[in-house]
Amino acid sequence: MVAALSLQNVSRYFGEVRAVDGVSLDVAEGEFFAMLGPSGSGKTTCLRLIAGFDQPTKGHIEIYGETAEGVPPYRRNVNTVFQDYALFPHMSVLENVAYGLMVKGVAGPERARQSHEALALVRLEQMDQRRPAQLSGGQRQRVALARALVNRPKALLLDEPLGALDLKLREQMQIELKALQQQLGITFIFVTHDQGEALSMADRVAVFDKGRLVQVGTPREVYERPGTRFVADFVGSSNVLSPEFTARHGGMKVWSSLRPEKIEIAQGEDLGDGTCRAEGTVTSAQYQGAITRLAVDVEGTVLGVALPAGKQVPNKGERVSLVWRKDALHTLQQ
Amino acid sequence: MSAGADTFGAVDRGRGGAFRRLSDLLFRQPRLLLAILLGPPILWVGVIYIGSLFALLVQSFFHLDDFSGLVVPELTLSTYAELLRPSNLDIIVRTVVMAAVVTIVAAFIAFPIAYYAARYARGRWKALFYLGVMLPLWSSYLVRVYAWKLILAKEGILTWLAEAFHLTWLLDAVLAIPVIGGPSLSISYIGTFIVFVYIWLPFMILPVQAALERVPASLLEASADLGARPSQTFRSVILPLALPGIVAGSIFTFSLTLGDYIIPQIIGTSRLFIGQAVYTQQGTAGNIPLAAAFTVVPIVIMGIYLTIAKRLGAFDAL
Repeated sequence: MVAALSLQNVSRYFGEVRAVDGVSLDVAEGEFFAMLGPSGSGKTTCLRLIAGFDQPTKGHIEIYGETAEGVPPYRRNVNTVFQDYALFPHMSVLENVAYGLMVKGVAGPERARQSHEALALVRLEQMDQRRPAQLSGGQRQRVALARALVNRPKALLLDEPLGALDLKLREQMQIELKALQQQLGITFIFVTHDQGEALSMADRVAVFDKGRLVQVGTPREVYERPGTRFVADFVGSSNVLSPEFTARHGGMKVWSSLRPEKIEIAQGEDLGDGTCRAEGTVTSAQYQGAITRLAVDVEGTVLGVALPAGKQVPNKGERVSLVWRKDALHTLQQ
Repeated sequence: MSAGADTFGAVDRGRGGAFRRLSDLLFRQPRLLLAILLGPPILWVGVIYIGSLFALLVQSFFHLDDFSGLVVPELTLSTYAELLRPSNLDIIVRTVVMAAVVTIVAAFIAFPIAYYAARYARGRWKALFYLGVMLPLWSSYLVRVYAWKLILAKEGILTWLAEAFHLTWLLDAVLAIPVIGGPSLSISYIGTFIVFVYIWLPFMILPVQAALERVPASLLEASADLGARPSQTFRSVILPLALPGIVAGSIFTFSLTLGDYIIPQIIGTSRLFIGQAVYTQQGTAGNIPLAAAFTVVPIVIMGIYLTIAKRLGAFDAL
């Protein structure tokens, strides 16, 4: 089967800056694919190369088996939901949604019918005569979505689409986007810097760092078996432990990652062979509702610990004994 | 109580200077601040500007007594009847046509320059753009008009250039065009037109550039993304969003051309434009009512123009 999207050794240089540096990846049809990374990691540039707003310096891009280099955006059958939504301010919501059909010459009545259908999909039928300026951020986001989907794209590219929304709305849109994607079966390529968003929505996650693709995998793989120290730290703020540290506390002498939620506070009992142990001083405690985040200084290495609600929380400055299972340690490549 | 002065309370009482009390008062009464800020300019605009305009308007309803040469302060429409005499109507039509052509051509020349400046020019090139557009405005208008006289005159630079490139035949052909041609470029409507366009061009470029500057690049990308070819993007996105700027620029070029009396005096035929008519009527002829009536013409035309522009949705994107 032909991949919906294939990047082969794609690079984009801006002068000396390697915004995208030798990225290769395949996205299957109907997949919800997240590109995750901090700002400046190259994920958005990658998306722009796929959309056609920018051309790769080197490498090869295929969309459904067809070469994409040199093909202008208006001849690519992919559509984009922009970070700032990029709605046309001088057009009504309906005109915005109908724009793609209008430029393709779809006749008036048919255009209106399909546009209303797309608006119904995002539950904005009542707003069709409004101007974008009269809508809330969440509503604009939906219009941008409808405007892209009405063209029945082969793949939908989403550039941090939820970044401007408040937390509650963002969580709601995450669920809706996922449901929409499953309902339509369209390939979604979703750029985000929010690891929670990527993990909760995507079928697969690609982690970017400094223009390079550092790991691709299912959310579970990326979270539980991070390949590198960067991935371990960026995805879920894992503790990255030096070989010396792990060796001193009963592990193997390799770089390892240890999830904050895998660490417990020992109550004095000996837990036997399969566990590691370390003594440290609590330097801060942050109450976050469902969990409390502790920072514990162990011989100069600060470990993040996530205590579930209900456990007793030690005070700042208190000595605690931390324990974790040896198999909670995950070996990192570098 | 004595400790109050040097300890930090929740409220800094400080010393009660007059300025401090004033700024506190203005903070509590923002409307008072607004009144103080807006009062003088409103008085200025109201009395000096609107007032003189009103006086002018009233004058246009008086008429000049032909025998005594004195203005008769009685309300009458006879001055407007005089305005509609064929010789005066000619002046109006000539000026409006010139202003319209100057505006249209200025818009066509200005748009690519403004587009480049707004979309592509960065840093040094942007500075160069502003310098290039504004520099002519720093030198005297008269000097620039006379410079054009030297360029366009029979013995001028253009004639010389035409000879050097063996293009005299072309220049002669242009000058042979009826009505707009003439003995030389500096004594023809073409010459007047060229200088008008040159002098008012910055007033078209700057508003168009400002309007285009406000169009985010993502809108153009979105348009292309949705399948619009560049020409469709231009028609459906760029032009409608630039239209308020074009209309603003055209208000400048159109009204400035309607009112100018120096350019057609120095460069062009001896046939009058509205500005010159006003100048002669209020000066040598001493016919203030007719001069006033002539001045009302551009105001009415601009009113009509703006109404049409608004009807066509030129300001919808504002």
